[in-house]
Amino acid sequence: MTRMKPVDAVIVGFGWTGAIMGMELTETGLDVLALERGSYQDTSPDWVYPNIADELAYGIRGKLFQSLARETVTVRHAVGEAAVPYRQYGSFLLGTNVGGAGTHWNGQHYRPSPEDLEFRSHIAKRYGEKFMPADMQIQDYGVSYDELEPFLDQFEYVCGTSGRAGNLDGKLMDGGNPFEGVRKRGYPNPPVADTHSARLFADAAKALGHKPFPQPASNASRPYTNPYGVRLGPCNLCGYCERFGCFMYSKASPQTTILPVLMRRKNFSLRTGSHVTRINLDSTGKRATGVTYIDAQGQQVEQPAALVIVAAFQMHNVRLMLLSGIGKPYDPATGTGVIGKNYAYQMMSSIGLFFDKDTAINPFIGAGAGGSQIVDDFNSDHFDHGPHGFIGGGYIIGGQTGGRPIQQLAVPPGTPAWGAAWKRAAKDSYLHTTFVGTHGSVMAYRDRYLDLDPTYKDAFGQPLLRITFDWHDNEYKMTRFVTDRALAIVEQMKPRQHSLTIRKPGDHYDIRQYQTTHTTGGVIMGTSPDTSALNRFQQSWDVHNVFVTGASAFPQNLGYNPTGLIGGLTYWSARAIRDTYLKNPGPMVQT
Amino acid sequence: MSTGAKRSRRGRSLLGALFVLIALVLLAWLATLLFRGGGDAAATLPGTPSDAQVKQGEYLARAGDCFACHTAPGGKPFAGGLPLASPIGTIYSSNITPDPRTGIGDYSYGEFERALRRGISRDGHTLYPAMPYPSYARVSDQDVQALYAYFMHGVAPVQQADRSADIPWPLSLRWPLAYWRWLFAPGVPPAGAAPPQDPVLARGAYLVEGLGHCGACHTPRALTLQEKALSDHDGKIYLSGGSSDQWVVPSLRGELASGLGSVSEAELVALLKTGRSERGAVFGGMADVIQHSTQYLNDDDLTAIAHYLKSLAPLRQEAAVSYDLATHKALRDGDVAATGAQLYVDNCATCHRTDGQGYGQVYPALAGNPMVNGRDPGSLIRLVLQGGTMPSGPGAPMQFSMPPFDARLSDRQVADLLGFVRSSWGNRGGAVGAEQVRELRGKVTAGKAGMTAYDPRSR
Repeated sequence: MTRMKPVDAVIVGFGWTGAIMGMELTETGLDVLALERGSYQDTSPDWVYPNIADELAYGIRGKLFQSLARETVTVRHAVGEAAVPYRQYGSFLLGTNVGGAGTHWNGQHYRPSPEDLEFRSHIAKRYGEKFMPADMQIQDYGVSYDELEPFLDQFEYVCGTSGRAGNLDGKLMDGGNPFEGVRKRGYPNPPVADTHSARLFADAAKALGHKPFPQPASNASRPYTNPYGVRLGPCNLCGYCERFGCFMYSKASPQTTILPVLMRRKNFSLRTGSHVTRINLDSTGKRATGVTYIDAQGQQVEQPAALVIVAAFQMHNVRLMLLSGIGKPYDPATGTGVIGKNYAYQMMSSIGLFFDKDTAINPFIGAGAGGSQIVDDFNSDHFDHGPHGFIGGGYIIGGQTGGRPIQQLAVPPGTPAWGAAWKRAAKDSYLHTTFVGTHGSVMAYRDRYLDLDPTYKDAFGQPLLRITFDWHDNEYKMTRFVTDRALAIVEQMKPRQHSLTIRKPGDHYDIRQYQTTHTTGGVIMGTSPDTSALNRFQQSWDVHNVFVTGASAFPQNLGYNPTGLIGGLTYWSARAIRDTYLKNPGPMVQT
Repeated sequence: MSTGAKRSRRGRSLLGALFVLIALVLLAWLATLLFRGGGDAAATLPGTPSDAQVKQGEYLARAGDCFACHTAPGGKPFAGGLPLASPIGTIYSSNITPDPRTGIGDYSYGEFERALRRGISRDGHTLYPAMPYPSYARVSDQDVQALYAYFMHGVAPVQQADRSADIPWPLSLRWPLAYWRWLFAPGVPPAGAAPPQDPVLARGAYLVEGLGHCGACHTPRALTLQEKALSDHDGKIYLSGGSSDQWVVPSLRGELASGLGSVSEAELVALLKTGRSERGAVFGGMADVIQHSTQYLNDDDLTAIAHYLKSLAPLRQEAAVSYDLATHKALRDGDVAATGAQLYVDNCATCHRTDGQGYGQVYPALAGNPMVNGRDPGSLIRLVLQGGTMPSGPGAPMQFSMPPFDARLSDRQVADLLGFVRSSWGNRGGAVGAEQVRELRGKVTAGKAGMTAYDPRSR
């Protein structure tokens, strides 16, 4: 095995959090190396107009996604069942290559509600411990909203997030989200212009007494130069965001916000085609000595490093920790152990609205996250859950992310699935159809977790990650409650007809239906090594020179899109490494 | 008279003419040996240069953009080997690292000075004028000394033998070049010549006419390939637009539509520093100039350059371009009846907008753009065919790319599209012929979407 020259810090995976960590750690003068299993990619030459607007290549065949033939996950609904591999993209989309999923997201850029970060304490305090089902094991993050605020802000300014503040330094602002935590300053850019359907939605919501606001979007509403000096282009509402790279340089991604500076730093290097298979430990098992990876030629390479940042996608982080033997694997029988614990997902519902021909929706005008309106009254703990008997919630969104011909062309209920009647309906509906959706939280449960599959292996012969997951009653109740409120708004919008997709009691989790790519948990952060894998600084309780970033740290899933919180937590963790850890390497939280 | 005698007399006179010709050529050749040019090849500089002098030399080497020609793609800095097309064949730039065997490590100061300012190599032959010694002639002694200090002490020596030019005999003979030099390259002006009153203007002129050698591309050349003027004193033809490497190079004089008349001094500084401004962006060969040269210049020098360029009176009297709302209004209303309008909306408007204003420091405005209003649309055609990538500069790390359209648009479509751009929003560039597109398409390489300088795949 080749042994490379040691570095100060090695970063596993070069997406959003890898890029942030690279930026932060190189600023201290450390010699930093990022290892990315995929290849390099950038706006040009990889996502240029008009080639990127190829829905078949990118949207359907997943040109930017991980090849499931080389590595995938297996899925089962319950302990005791045999899991089967996820062979075709459906439920969630796994990124690969430089920038990772940060290149093919939509740009929804939320902060958590303050109570989301102390969810267990908050629920117990407001509703009592008994309000939570016995098998629900939600937890606190160990870091408060106020502590995190400067870092959530920092990430928004790096991304050029476009939105309207709802709570500026304690003062509620008209037209913003009245439920958000205090922000010290407004968004760096004004909201992206509303689409027509978002206006229809907002008007209806207002008529019902809600307070709609523009969805915070990391699709820049105007040309913007971020604090690193990197300039983004303006969004032109082309609607090719999720599943695509942005040809306008306007959707925030590592490529459009960080790499132009980081890639030029002399103390930073990137090795693509480098698939990390293991974090190596010394004989005590309490200190990492670096990582082992397989290079593009298939050779095993050892890379010594003083600090290991695990910054791959949520699932890959969990798998790497399990393969490396760091932290005790979670056991659902006893509820003990931490790695793989509290896997969670999200639950969506979707309402298609079909208007008459005098309502011009023009769905090809879409901005991913921008241009939509949001009602946040029924998310997190923004309302009294007491009478409703469930925990969590979701936001209601009105508008469309785009009007792509294959995946975003809806026909009214009752239309045949093919043939002349379908064609006629598609032609008649396309310009007059929009969506209202709900985007809901999923709590953590004792029997929902991740471990290594006993049967299936990846192209390198390593066991795949196994997901054990299905819905619980709490989520069926949540989605019914929020969807009923969404339907009331839809009724107010007066479409000619509408369709509804909702998960009802008895429906199993269906891996074939896309909902969100927001999978969470498995290497969660928290306040005690007995119940979490990481301390409040995202540092491994067991191996102090290993930090794990990303949504794998979420103790349960929230009703928001995760990227804003992921970026904020990464800057928070990086600050702790810079200010505390590097001066005196060791556990930053004593047990 | 017998035909035989006639034949022999004609033979004698031919022989005589040949003899005279050979004698003349021999004399001409001997003359180049006798007149070895000015400067003192034996001159040396006392002592070791200071770090400050080496640093100053580095700065001046940037100003002279020595890197651009003396470094091959992917090669070691200043080790030469870059192929340069000339009308008589391909020549290769030389190794100017201080390697004593293959570079210039053994050059005395005098030898260095003679090459730089007088175009005379160490062994006495004349350098191909790809080396802009007619411009460098006016570089000061002090600056030549700093450059020498840098190339001897600040550059890593690289052992890499020079590659000889691919030029067939007799064009490959070097001594006739001495006549070109005598005819067209100016002498080194005596030190201490009185500078004009305005020191900023003087500094600008010194940089533009000297190390910057802007005229190499921006001044038209005569049939004999010398620049038609080496300074504004030689006439308004200086910097009035030229051509280089299949690019049509714009005028840097004050023409109101096609020159710098509508470009402010501050905008010029921004363009030279970062390759972009609120209105414009550079492309083509100038992108490399910014990447390797002007982005490193300090603000005082950039301001001096801009100040000097803005002082140059127009060669051609032109009316200023005034913005016309009609195009924007038509496109907004969905009126694409104008030839090329639909092509513009489909291919260009997403970035450059239907109002032709683009977005500041991202996508340049087309309305009122001097490049769009020039007589010859060659560079616009090439840009549309091949695309382009912005350089980076201090405070501007992002390199935006325009995609190539050669695979997407036919010759006719490119012509129609550019004809539309050149006659919309008040622009007065005029029509473009498909023939010119076809011709250029055959001369340039196929379009390839650009990469940033830090893209690992570009190395």
